[in-house]
Amino acid sequence: MKYSYFPGCSLKGTGRAYEESLLPVLKVLGVELEELDDWNCCGATAYMAVDEVKACVMASRNLAIAEKAGHKELLAPCSACYLVLNKTKHYLHESPVVEAVVQKALRQANLTYSGNTPVRHPLDLLVNNVGIEEIKKHVKHPLKGLKIAPYYGCQIVRPYATFDDQYNPTTMDRLLEAIGCTMVTYPLKTRCCGGSLTGTLPEPGLLCSYILLKEAITRGADVIATVCPLCQFNLDCYRDKMKGKWGHETIPDPRNKDARVPVGPHLDIPVVFFTQLIGLAFGLSEKELGLQRGFAPMRKPACAQRQSAAA
Amino acid sequence: MDKVNGNHDVRIGFYVCNCGTNIAAMVDVQAVAKYVAALPNVVVSRDYKYMCSDPGQELIQKDIKEFGLNRIVVAACSPLLHEHTFRSAVEAGGLNPFFFHMVNIREHDSWVHTDRDEATAKAKALARAGIRRVARHRALEVKKVPVHPDVLVVGGGIAGIHAALTLAKSGKKVYLVEREPSIGGHMAKFDKTFPTLDCAACILTPKMSEVGAHENITLWSYSEVVKMDGYVGNFKVTVRRKPRYVLEDLCTGCQECISHCVYKEPKFPDAFNEHLGKRKPVYIPFPQATPQVVLIDPEVCLNFRRGVLTDKCKKPCVEACGDRKAIDFKQKEELKEIKVGTIIVATGFKTFDVGRMPQYGYGRYPNVYTALEVERLVNASGPTAGDVLLRDGHHPKSIGIIHCVGSRDKNTNRWCSRVCCMYSMKLAHLLKEHTEAEIYNFYIDIRAPGKGYEEFYDKLLEEGVHFIRGRVGEVTDWAFIPEEEGKLVIRVEDTLAGVVRRIPVDMVVLATGLEPHADAQNVRRLFNMSCGTEGFFLERHPKLAPVNTFTDGIFLAGCCQSPKDIPDSVAQAGAAAAEALVLIDTGHIEQEPNTAYVVEAECSGCKSCIPLCPYTAISLLPDKKKAYINEALCKGCGTCVAACPSGSIVQNLFEDAEIFSEIDGLLEPTSV
Ligand SMILES: Cc1cc2nc3c(=O)[nH]c(=O)nc-3n(C[C@H](O)[C@H](O)[C@H](O)COP(=O)(O)OP(=O)(O)OC[C@H]3O[C@@H](n4cnc5c(N)ncnc54)[C@H](O)[C@@H]3O)c2cc1C
Repeated sequence: MKYSYFPGCSLKGTGRAYEESLLPVLKVLGVELEELDDWNCCGATAYMAVDEVKACVMASRNLAIAEKAGHKELLAPCSACYLVLNKTKHYLHESPVVEAVVQKALRQANLTYSGNTPVRHPLDLLVNNVGIEEIKKHVKHPLKGLKIAPYYGCQIVRPYATFDDQYNPTTMDRLLEAIGCTMVTYPLKTRCCGGSLTGTLPEPGLLCSYILLKEAITRGADVIATVCPLCQFNLDCYRDKMKGKWGHETIPDPRNKDARVPVGPHLDIPVVFFTQLIGLAFGLSEKELGLQRGFAPMRKPACAQRQSAAA
Repeated sequence: MDKVNGNHDVRIGFYVCNCGTNIAAMVDVQAVAKYVAALPNVVVSRDYKYMCSDPGQELIQKDIKEFGLNRIVVAACSPLLHEHTFRSAVEAGGLNPFFFHMVNIREHDSWVHTDRDEATAKAKALARAGIRRVARHRALEVKKVPVHPDVLVVGGGIAGIHAALTLAKSGKKVYLVEREPSIGGHMAKFDKTFPTLDCAACILTPKMSEVGAHENITLWSYSEVVKMDGYVGNFKVTVRRKPRYVLEDLCTGCQECISHCVYKEPKFPDAFNEHLGKRKPVYIPFPQATPQVVLIDPEVCLNFRRGVLTDKCKKPCVEACGDRKAIDFKQKEELKEIKVGTIIVATGFKTFDVGRMPQYGYGRYPNVYTALEVERLVNASGPTAGDVLLRDGHHPKSIGIIHCVGSRDKNTNRWCSRVCCMYSMKLAHLLKEHTEAEIYNFYIDIRAPGKGYEEFYDKLLEEGVHFIRGRVGEVTDWAFIPEEEGKLVIRVEDTLAGVVRRIPVDMVVLATGLEPHADAQNVRRLFNMSCGTEGFFLERHPKLAPVNTFTDGIFLAGCCQSPKDIPDSVAQAGAAAAEALVLIDTGHIEQEPNTAYVVEAECSGCKSCIPLCPYTAISLLPDKKKAYINEALCKGCGTCVAACPSGSIVQNLFEDAEIFSEIDGLLEPTSV
């Protein structure tokens, strides 16, 4: 099946590694993508907060272009895009007022939108269209022994939980287990990463990110896997600031249950996109998957190294 | 044309009611009376202040005698309110009660219009239609059907128990059918009951044994109703009795078989103890179980393999039973057919499935409990003998009770379950008494609207139980500060203090709401009842017929109708028993003659009416190949009449001639 593909700004910028890993993985699985011609800003959370209708206009231009392109479904990997596009569809459906403004704006650009293009997330597509069994067939180097904290962030399950549970999503868990990883219990799966607060009100924003890192570490994760460019950015890019603020706090020593150690040095846990892990298991190189872009280097798990050496 | 319906002999009396000012303020009643007086066949036409009053009714009766009237039309309120009143008045005046017709000029006219002239014109048109119609009315007869005096009670919770005992004590024979091996329902699991904190077993078990011993009660536990036919006064019911592999008449309840079972220790999860305790393959659900008869679980007994008899066990149980010979591994399920006149449905509720709210961590964190589990945990006869020992082997020093789990929530169930605030406070009190722990209640509102309930809330406040207003966001085990490590953290917005709080506790109790049973839809179909949108069985009228259903002769009691506490369940059970007694002691029921009948000569036997009948009143006469309508079952809905392709079904009181005359009358222009 062929899908329209809406990368959004993140996948071309700070979240480049997401696109770099998503495209080759889908290629291996035989999923064809066609990038939308002349796409624009999705309308994003920032816009939504200022003027919802204008944000809907932005988003619906992309939906209209997708409809014109003729593929039935639109893939939106970035959580913010995914949410805004879905929210716009919802508003167009529910509110005649919003719909009238949007259609008027679209007409001026010689576009129309019927409201029928499903907006899909890669997790949804991989689990429900490609299928776990199919994915397993392509695994060359199972990531045995790699302990993952699966972190979904908020936007793909709230407010619309379309393909996964709102409180305890499991699609990424199932995907990563299929490629050999072990999930640690991570009850913070959908907790806030701090969002854009890290830029505007750093104190509470950074605290949100810090909690997520610290909890993944105390639960013994080697890697945090995420689906969202903003989450990945927040968790990956402010480690120095976090170390400065909270590095002295102690956590139970992973090696000795009764002792406590400062959290600081442990904060360098890699934060990667789930597609990068799938790519590794498929035998793609670290470079191809953009793994060098992370601030905390992600080393291949020992087993994968051994196997790729043997191969 | 016959004489009566041929117009010349028809002598109509017409009465328009003022209803105080309810009608007279918007309709010129004198003008209506004057207008109708000039219509054909009308002999008398009057307006009167309150037609439903005694003088109003006497007026009709006097006129019947004085003017030789043989048809009466009253234009007043809705027939739902007073049709019966006027039919009786007409009958007392010496006429067949169906030579009467009622015209609604209140709900359909004066109450809903604002222009007096137009409302008056409408009243005239409606009255004219009624006059035309009544001329076509035929004399009809109210049929009497005898009522079988035996009663079936379905469900042996406190509601079913109370209904059965009430009826049995007044000398009626009762069949009590309970699905589980013992009666008692939810109440049998409780330690104490709010707000008086009297011991649940102490007040329930005497009633249970009374049921077991009462000569008028046939108790069939471990049984289910599988079929019901018939109609009010004459139901035919089939009950399936599941095999216990123990003969009820021979078992004395000595439980020797249990002590001698090849399993020396109890090994299998015990449903009565909410799976917190264990039982053997041969067991009795709880010490006071009624009937006092053991049963064998073929899923785990060594003498069976996956439910199929293998006879591979040494059977020390049979040996222990000895001469009593009560154990019978070959027992088969039995179908019993009974006849009853009335049925009381008291199948109770189930508690909300907490798996639907994963954010509260049930199943993920061992120290998260449901309220029913805690009822067993604080119970002296429970799996820990009343010791509140957590699944992780500790005693709790702090406990959080989360209210409204699966209640008052758009995402799960919207309704208030009515008892959870109260039972949460009861459990708070009992847990404090048993553990001396700090107790936090997380609530949306405290709903304590019963006798002694608000006082109970006050008592809890004085005992130092904490109350935090806010719906809990999540229960989690991630620690923000070292003091939280190893605890369950309850995250909640404290809406009185206006802050988000994290409360670390050792134990979480989920106050689960009350829901209809998973099989409520089946039971509804079985007994021809309706369900409300939430799935609880629907009463006929929320205020004035709260224990009746839309099927005559079938009544509701307890939580199957809506969530309620024990006092209300018992009160409703008494009411349902009284309603059944009315029917039984009257001895017969009167049937509204608005039923349909088949004109056999015209019926082609096409059977298209049969599946349409919502009351399964129609069958095909096998010999004649004609449709036949059972008058006792027909409710006069008219569906078959409208659907019959050959027009061979006629409905009394709604014959074509009657309806067409009414329409003609309505459409004729008003010439004043
Ligand atoms: C945790 C908890 C604590 C509570 N504490 C109190 C308290 O302290 N005080 C108080 O006043 N109220 C309390 N309540 C409310 C109380 O449980 C109910 O008011 C009461 O149980 C209602 O009785 P019932 O007979 O209608 O239903 P149930 O107790 O549910 O009994 C129904 C019976 O019908 C049987 N049944 C179901 N379906 C069928 C079928 N198809 N065929 C045959 N039999 C069937 C069931 O097995 C059961 O035995 C509490 C409720 C809960 C959940």
